[in-house]
Amino acid sequence: MTVSEAPAIVVEDVRKAERTDHVVGAVQRQGALAVLVIVVLISLMAFPGFRSFDNAATILVAAAPPMLIALGMTFVIITGGIDLSVGSLYVLGGVLAAWASQYGILAAFALPLAVCGAIGVANGLLIAYTRMAPFIVTLAALLGARGLMRAISAEGSETYLVRDGALRRLGNGSLFDIGYQVWLVAALVALGMIVLARTRFGASVYAVGGSEDAAALMGVPVRRTKVWVYVLSGLLAGVAGAINAAKLGSGVTVLGTGMELDAIAAVVIGGTLLTGGAGTIAGTVAGVLLLGVIQNLINQVGNVNSNWQQVISGAFLALVVVAQTYLVRLRRVN
Amino acid sequence: MSLLHVTEVSKTFPGVRALDRVSFTLRPGEVHALVGENGAGKSTLIKVLTGVYQPDEGELTYQGSPARFGTPMDAQHAGISTIYQEVNLVPLMSVAQNLFLGREPRNALGLVDRKRMEREARELLAGYGVTTDVRRPLGTLALGAQQMVALARAVMIEAKVVIMDEPTSSLEPREVRTLFGVIRDLHARGIGIVYVSHRLDELYEICDAVTILRDGRVVHTGQLAELSRIRLVSLMLGREMTEGATAFSGAATGDGDAPPVLRVRGLNSRHKLHDVSFDVRPGEVVGLGGLLGAGRSETIKAIGGAYHLDSGDVEVDGKDLRKPTTVRAVKAGIAVQPEDRKAEGIIPTLSVRENIALAVLPRLSRLGLVSDARVDEVVTAYMTRLRIKAASPDQAVGDLSGGNQQKVLLARLLATGPKALLLDEPTRGIDVGAKAEVQSLIDELAAEGLGVVLVSSDAEELIEGSDRVVVLRDGVVVGTLTGAEVTTEDLMAAIAGERS
Repeated sequence: MTVSEAPAIVVEDVRKAERTDHVVGAVQRQGALAVLVIVVLISLMAFPGFRSFDNAATILVAAAPPMLIALGMTFVIITGGIDLSVGSLYVLGGVLAAWASQYGILAAFALPLAVCGAIGVANGLLIAYTRMAPFIVTLAALLGARGLMRAISAEGSETYLVRDGALRRLGNGSLFDIGYQVWLVAALVALGMIVLARTRFGASVYAVGGSEDAAALMGVPVRRTKVWVYVLSGLLAGVAGAINAAKLGSGVTVLGTGMELDAIAAVVIGGTLLTGGAGTIAGTVAGVLLLGVIQNLINQVGNVNSNWQQVISGAFLALVVVAQTYLVRLRRVN
Repeated sequence: MSLLHVTEVSKTFPGVRALDRVSFTLRPGEVHALVGENGAGKSTLIKVLTGVYQPDEGELTYQGSPARFGTPMDAQHAGISTIYQEVNLVPLMSVAQNLFLGREPRNALGLVDRKRMEREARELLAGYGVTTDVRRPLGTLALGAQQMVALARAVMIEAKVVIMDEPTSSLEPREVRTLFGVIRDLHARGIGIVYVSHRLDELYEICDAVTILRDGRVVHTGQLAELSRIRLVSLMLGREMTEGATAFSGAATGDGDAPPVLRVRGLNSRHKLHDVSFDVRPGEVVGLGGLLGAGRSETIKAIGGAYHLDSGDVEVDGKDLRKPTTVRAVKAGIAVQPEDRKAEGIIPTLSVRENIALAVLPRLSRLGLVSDARVDEVVTAYMTRLRIKAASPDQAVGDLSGGNQQKVLLARLLATGPKALLLDEPTRGIDVGAKAEVQSLIDELAAEGLGVVLVSSDAEELIEGSDRVVVLRDGVVVGTLTGAEVTTEDLMAAIAGERS
């Protein structure tokens, strides 16, 4: 269509603003990656123990379960929500997988997927349809899932061993010297990237977090989108639990406390806005790896108390949030 | 042939009949103005047309057959698009994504075809005078450009009806020209447009037909060209005037020779206020007249330091505030009663006592400690004086009636010992008894020497309560009514621009 008398609205003020915007946007998206590269380069030079293929593989294997949890969390946070239940679901998933492994590897995945998925559905339905705060709903799920895990494991004292050979191999075997679980997680991450960046569902996720009212008016299925991200988050936490059980050879009941917070930290460090509407999975991957590398370095140094890892991660998180706030403001001014 | 038609539609909310047997017809290719003051029922009618609300009674006919839109989506799918006053897009997403959200072009694998989406977005927007990188987040564009994106999106979905709710309220003049160009084009393509605005010049420039709502009813519908401006304004503000319907005494209280207590000069704020100037003398009530969006609330807020000013001076008792900030304004003796009592005035969960004392706490405290006895003194004094009906000073303000909430708010303002009192719709939403009390209180305060600025959409209240009325239109002072000119007829003529 043509409009004869239409003067160009946005011409002169554009050029400079656009350039600033590109730079700011790039820092926001790729900041974590840049820091990761720098940290890795420094470590390669400073720590001989860090400089081995085995060590790299170890970092990746250790990062696999947190990566899955952070992947689901990225979807949730982009919609403007939060999922505190994933740490509990992760442990619950591990115990369920170990128990179900007596019926084969398929059951070992199916059971945690079904239970954690169902809890995700409940989270999503409550958040989307009753408009309760995600914080409260998923906090309730955190407590409930932990209780369920303790109930089926006799207060955590009964340990189910992984009985299925295939599941054990998944936990310990490797392809090209990199653990199977790393390949599985990489595939899921790639799939997640495609879904978020290249499907209508992904666009809905951003729209819901960017402006829920506007999204509803534009015909985005807001509630359905919200339900799905919590289901996704629950399912991924369940898979993460199963993978961990495969690696450890049993359903360990004492892990997982605080996993949800590590995941949130990794997502935010990766450039996703806690207020929703912006973020990438690539950023989350960088965030997870960064936390993993820091942990690994602390272990390398040896005589340092491993709790320092949390101090460093915390400081890093604070730094990122301050930088994010500043960048967002810079972007809005333009 | 009508495109969209509603017959005898009614909608009732608790306590309000928002629409009372309203009928409305939109023809293809028609630009139909929908006008009315606050609470007239425009928004409700729009929401019924777009599926946000379901009417209690009445019929909707769309393209010749009965229709019922359960959700905004149903209406959109049927071809009825709405552009809201505030741009309703997602600021963090790119321009292209905003245009295509939910309708993204997809490739053979079912994945979003970004390249094609961006190319089509670029081509589409060029037609609206917007040339920009469509990958930019929408929120980084100028407001006018965002509005155009919203319009492009609305028209793109095969719209047959486009509803525009005050589309020009945040646009610069040249952006308005572009918008009108687009509207003329839609008009030529046979799309029906419902145009809501309070800017008379715009209405007469772009609209063919007009429907005027007042208190939930249609008071007039017909061709706009056949309706004079003054008739339009009086139909909008209308209502049979009865002398002495308010509790104002009617006696002029101002001292014409005294130096002004409040002196406002040359207020400018982007496209909202242009060179607004007036004086208020001690004991005088100056009314600000004008339609919704004329800049009355903005003027009051700007004087109180709560609205951005590009330039302008505010003087209290001869002292220049320089750039007013809320703190400076309060210190200088300016008290502002905001229009939205609930959002900007009272704090509903706090007690009557706490609400009244809030603004004077710094004065009633020593070394940062508040003297309870002195607070009680102030609170009791004002509760008695304003006849605030509460079980006790400790009752939560949220539990009081609207009238008493308003009185609590006034008590808070008066407790600061202001020299100028700025009231924005002081009697809106309160019952008749409380209304009369608030009105006589305004008289009393003026008689005591306070300078009062009064904004009211109630024409009676404005005329009978004010000694002088400054009339605003589109942010410009278009006239001042003094003495015998303070009548509804003169007010309407001034608003319509038919008074020299």
